[in-house]
Amino acid sequence: MFRRRRTLAMLGAVALIPILIAIAVRVSSSRATGRGPAFLDQISQNGLFVSFVAMVVAIPLFLPLTVGVVAGDTIAGEAGGGTLRYLLVAPAGRVRLLVVKYLGSAVFCVAASLTVIVFGTLIGVILFPTGPVTLLSGDTVSVGESLLRSLLVASYVTISLLGLSMIGLFISTLTDVPVGSMAATVVMAVASQVLDQLPQLDWLHPFLFSHYWLSFADLLRQPISWDSYGSNAILQGAYMVIFGALAYGRFSAKDILS
Amino acid sequence: MTRDAGGMAIETAGLTKRFGSQVAVNSVDLSVPSGSVFGFLGPNGSGKTTTIRMLLGLVTATSGRATVLGHDMPGNALAVLPEVGALVEGPGFYPFLSGAANLHRLDGADRLAPSATRSARVETALERVGLGGVGNKKVKAYSLGMKQRLGLANALLSPRRLIVLDEPTNGLDPQGTREVRSLVRSLTEEGTTVFVSSHLLAEIEQICTHAAIMSVGNLVAQGTIEDLRSVGAPTVTVSTPDAAETASVFATLGLAAEITHTDDAAVVTAQLGTVDPDAIVPALIAANVRIRGFSVLRPSLEDLFVQLTGEGFDIVQ
Ligand SMILES: Nc1ncnc2c1ncn2[C@@H]1O[C@H](COP(=O)(O)OP(=O)(O)O)[C@@H](O)[C@H]1O
Ligand SMILES: [Mg+2]
Repeated sequence: MFRRRRTLAMLGAVALIPILIAIAVRVSSSRATGRGPAFLDQISQNGLFVSFVAMVVAIPLFLPLTVGVVAGDTIAGEAGGGTLRYLLVAPAGRVRLLVVKYLGSAVFCVAASLTVIVFGTLIGVILFPTGPVTLLSGDTVSVGESLLRSLLVASYVTISLLGLSMIGLFISTLTDVPVGSMAATVVMAVASQVLDQLPQLDWLHPFLFSHYWLSFADLLRQPISWDSYGSNAILQGAYMVIFGALAYGRFSAKDILS
Repeated sequence: MTRDAGGMAIETAGLTKRFGSQVAVNSVDLSVPSGSVFGFLGPNGSGKTTTIRMLLGLVTATSGRATVLGHDMPGNALAVLPEVGALVEGPGFYPFLSGAANLHRLDGADRLAPSATRSARVETALERVGLGGVGNKKVKAYSLGMKQRLGLANALLSPRRLIVLDEPTNGLDPQGTREVRSLVRSLTEEGTTVFVSSHLLAEIEQICTHAAIMSVGNLVAQGTIEDLRSVGAPTVTVSTPDAAETASVFATLGLAAEITHTDDAAVVTAQLGTVDPDAIVPALIAANVRIRGFSVLRPSLEDLFVQLTGEGFDIVQ
């Protein structure tokens, strides 16, 4: 997967998010300091905040988009390219192929989350002063502690994307047209967030896989609030089990006609 | 390894596949002996690829069963398939990887294929299909024929007991077609059973020891090439100006003559039956019959193929 130019291009695009944000803030803040949204304003005072802001921007659409492309392509891409039958005749084993493909998507989730954090931190250090970080709760932590929390955010976001990855894997077993399963997976991510916005459906909100996506901010409080981390992990785990079972049920006996 | 059931590399009983209301394969009983080169013949749409997909566990049969290398399929796919090399309905490779990298990947998908010898085996397989020089080129730069050869190389990656080739000469030039034939011959010398499908009888007739003929999902003939050829009785043909005399000599030999007149001579034919063909010419000469031509012909497999499957371009539904 990482030998594919497309994968690298997507990670490159993800890396651009913190870079563009940092440059935009840098350019505007040199003209009028102290204005703009509170969160963005933090950046100009401390570069270590760039990665957090970039993550807030990336998680509703950019990250689901790239995850949708990778996870939606898993099986459908092999089918569409005519390689699925050769993998199965090799024999790769249907269950093993699903597992390997899912692990590949999970590795991409790790890579994408880390890309935002690593590039955000780098560009922040380059363009802005760095020092102890003031958290959302008002407490101040050292540079080292703040880097540790960045990694914690990366792990949180990775976990957040695991449920969507499994949904993508399942959709990918339904079709031989990879573009279709990619688009459908992205639509799922968007739909989940839209439903999460409708107050009439508030009973449903805790069950939507995107419900805790933005709650990684809880990791930026002192003391760290682990509630959302745990709830998110359980929710994503439930989605993985359900859609993993659906993917297995669909793929293990499917006629491979591609 | 378990012995093949009755020395059969492939055996099916009542193998059937329906797509909705359409019957693609209708109760096929195949018997492919170990060590044979088995030609699986039939026009386009006759159910060859569907049968092959069922044999390889890609498609579940609607009814009936299939045994490959002594094991039921698709239940034992993981045990059977490492010993089976296959080319199914054209090659399928990642265009953005080189030919060699594609083979590495597919070999890696087989847990039983030793990684220590992988590079050497990929190299050998590429050499064997004539891609030795271009293994490191990206597949998107390959011609159709080169991709087809790469597909053959994939089937040869490991030592196999059975190789299944679905229309292996598609997209190949006449030279490539000859190479496939010699490749198949070299495989049989190693004891591998080769199951090769084609809609072109002429391309594989010379290399097959056995054949089966499919028509609209049905298996209409099966056996050794000799058996299939003898389905039609051989005929004797004499070209002579003395048609009547020839007919009476034929009668004494027990042959029922049929006379067709041409410009200056007649052609007398008869079903040979059990008559010794070598006795005919001496008998004619003894009767002072002038002979301009004499031949004993078995009907070609082509005749049988056409007779069983119909002729022409229409795909029978
Ligand atoms: N995926 C499919 N859905 C419906 N019908 C199919 C499918 N694949 C093949 N068929 C039908 O099954 C029949 C046999 O096809 P196939 O096995 O590909 O023939 P062959 O390989 O001999 O050309 C054809 O009539 C074809 O239309
Ligand atoms: Mg076919």
